[in-house]
Amino acid sequence: MANTAELTNAEVLGLRRSPAGHLADDFAKGSTAGTHGVSLRELPFQSMVGVRVDPGSDAGARVAAVTGGLPASCGQVVAGPAGLATLWLGPQEFLVTAPADRQSGLAPDLVAALADGAGQVVELSANRTTFELSGPSARAVLEKGCAADLHPRAFTVGTAITTEIGGIPVVLWKTGDDTFWILPRASFADFLGRWLLDGMREFASVEGTPWP
Amino acid sequence: MLLFTCPNCGPRDETEFHYGGQAHVPYPENPADLSDVEWSRYLFYRENPKGVFAERWVHSTGCRQWFNMLRDTVSYDVHAVYPMGAPQPATATTQQKGA
Ligand SMILES: [Zn+2]
Repeated sequence: MANTAELTNAEVLGLRRSPAGHLADDFAKGSTAGTHGVSLRELPFQSMVGVRVDPGSDAGARVAAVTGGLPASCGQVVAGPAGLATLWLGPQEFLVTAPADRQSGLAPDLVAALADGAGQVVELSANRTTFELSGPSARAVLEKGCAADLHPRAFTVGTAITTEIGGIPVVLWKTGDDTFWILPRASFADFLGRWLLDGMREFASVEGTPWP
Repeated sequence: MLLFTCPNCGPRDETEFHYGGQAHVPYPENPADLSDVEWSRYLFYRENPKGVFAERWVHSTGCRQWFNMLRDTVSYDVHAVYPMGAPQPATATTQQKGA
């Protein structure tokens, strides 16, 4: 039987469809450059592993050795080796992410680290996709549907929170001054993609002309 | 829209939370010993005060942790947020409880 979790399986790689792949053209058309510009694109197939462990336990220390540390409070993201990033979801719950092209088994490494300790390690790469919303108007678009405080004073580069955008639960990760990564669950990707496109429309308009 | 302060995540919209009913309702030590009336009291009977009420809330779309909150059912003022298992903190208006 084919090992579907093995990313080196070329046959499986060829069959993958990203949750918002059908919106790629719309994202490109809806994106605008310039001083009020905002762009949207999907960064598909990031590796993600959900981890539940007490960071103070021996198992937590072993997991931290793999991830390069565990975040201690809401908003924190710990950067690890080889592009790993660990996001704080709760006091004992974390999301470990890695670039899409990571070939070695992230989940098996973490399973081995947890060993017989209390907690869980779950391969979640297919659970969420990643949107990148960027540009000078990115924050204004998010604020149409997200009530969390996104002012740079409160939401700084390199932090991530779980919150709601347009009524759906997401992980919102600020990766640059004007760049946000949004991680919706796969089944919400279509809705969120269209919601963001709608919010982006006004910034594509030219004064004195009808909306595109 | 109410703004609740999650002990882990800080101020967030009410829609990120779910309500868990009255706080400090202990599970009976020996449920099998209870009469039907006593069991129904435990299952279904809750305070409905006009004023400060101790309630359980969970930050369901955030850190997914439960906590207790003292909320005024008239003014919607939140008087205290405190951990599960901790005793109910005293407030100036607690005397109104059950009034
Ligand atoms: Zn929280």
